[in-house]
Amino acid sequence: MSTWDWQVFCKDTIDGKIVPSCFGSGGDITYLDWLLSAWGWTLSVSALALLVALLLGSLMGILRTTPHRGLVLLGNAWTELFRNIPLLVQIFLWYHVVPALIPPLRSVPSFILVVLGLGLFTSARISEQVRAGIQSLAGGQRMAGLAMGFTLPQTYRHVLLPMAYRIIIPPLTSESMNIIKNSSVAFAVSISELTLFALQAQEETSRGIEVYLAVTGLYFVSAFAINRAMLFVENRVRVPGMIGGGGH
Amino acid sequence: MLALDFSFLTPAVISGYVVKGFIFSLQLTLIAMLGGVVLGTLLALMRLSGRPWLVMPAAGYVNTMRSIPLVMVILWFFLLIPLVIGRPLGAEISAIITFTLFEAAYYSEIMRAGIQSISRGQVAAGYALGMSYRQTMGLIVLPQAFRNMLPVLLTQTIILFQDTSLVYAIGAYDLLKGFEIAGKNFNRPVETYLVAAVLYFAISFSLSLLVKKLQQRIAIVR
Repeated sequence: MSTWDWQVFCKDTIDGKIVPSCFGSGGDITYLDWLLSAWGWTLSVSALALLVALLLGSLMGILRTTPHRGLVLLGNAWTELFRNIPLLVQIFLWYHVVPALIPPLRSVPSFILVVLGLGLFTSARISEQVRAGIQSLAGGQRMAGLAMGFTLPQTYRHVLLPMAYRIIIPPLTSESMNIIKNSSVAFAVSISELTLFALQAQEETSRGIEVYLAVTGLYFVSAFAINRAMLFVENRVRVPGMIGGGGH
Repeated sequence: MLALDFSFLTPAVISGYVVKGFIFSLQLTLIAMLGGVVLGTLLALMRLSGRPWLVMPAAGYVNTMRSIPLVMVILWFFLLIPLVIGRPLGAEISAIITFTLFEAAYYSEIMRAGIQSISRGQVAAGYALGMSYRQTMGLIVLPQAFRNMLPVLLTQTIILFQDTSLVYAIGAYDLLKGFEIAGKNFNRPVETYLVAAVLYFAISFSLSLLVKKLQQRIAIVR
């Protein structure tokens, strides 16, 4: 095995010369600059996709617990559709098929399409968790809310959801960490995120191990940061008197 | 609006492009499932053994694998295997090794939960009958753990089947690749991606219905 060469990150991406400060200047960039920008893309794709997934996943999960057959069916169909097609295929659908079928979407940047693809894929998983969280509550909670004169939306807003969300924080945490990992498939449609950086920088520098270690490390750090942040949230919203505060 | 035209997907085209990839995807899924369950069970037994020199490497392996994106794991193995064995391996073989070792981490978590769901009295009963550790595990604990966890193991296998599409990263010829190449050659990428999505959906969805059925049957027995 060859020896380590971490200086590869200080190299200019065009002429391959080592830049003393490790950061490029005047429009030239080093591999370190590129790595950091790729990390930024990974985090942006993940954060926006998580937002989409939380909104749509919550909506679909709630629909599946309502007493209306049609809405339950809609939520179920949504969940099964986005859960049973591989993420990579879904990304290709968003990138190649959807713009071809819906011409106005042709001018939408691929970044947005990937966010939608990853977001809708994850929304199916979050819908499962939201549904499970609501159904884990005692049936009397819903009846009590309605008996108090709340409308159905009010019962959800003030009685069911505040408890359900606290209960599902642990699975939501792992789903948020999964979204960072899953954002790696964006490389397949040329989003300049960490995995695409790994592939291209490995090819250009032949320093695959150093490049992959750096990228893997950044994925690890990102997922770990989410884990800590969610733990903080979990502690802040803990319901006094419940085991572990969150049903766990 | 673009007119869709599926007429180029004749049986000859399908058997020429898609079948080869489909067979590889199935092979990859089955080998990684069997290998992953065996290795995963060993990892789970190591983690539950209570001996630090067995627990720590197993826990480290499982947690590392579970915190790295699968695409990166595929790339890592594709880079490292040739360095270790001294000659390049094809993308297909590399994918089979990667998926087996990667899925072992996920199956081991399932098996660990399964083994922990068996009451301690079962182990005690085994020992009281004069059985060794190996006999108690092999004849009493593991068969029950497998049965309890069968639905979860199969659900993980459906996820595994979907994940096999990620061998795209190293260019292995799988189901998705077969469709992609057919789409490129006939200049019909929209249609081939659509058919690929429908096929993946049909397989995964019908398998998940089967798992649901199985779950109900197991629930009654319990």
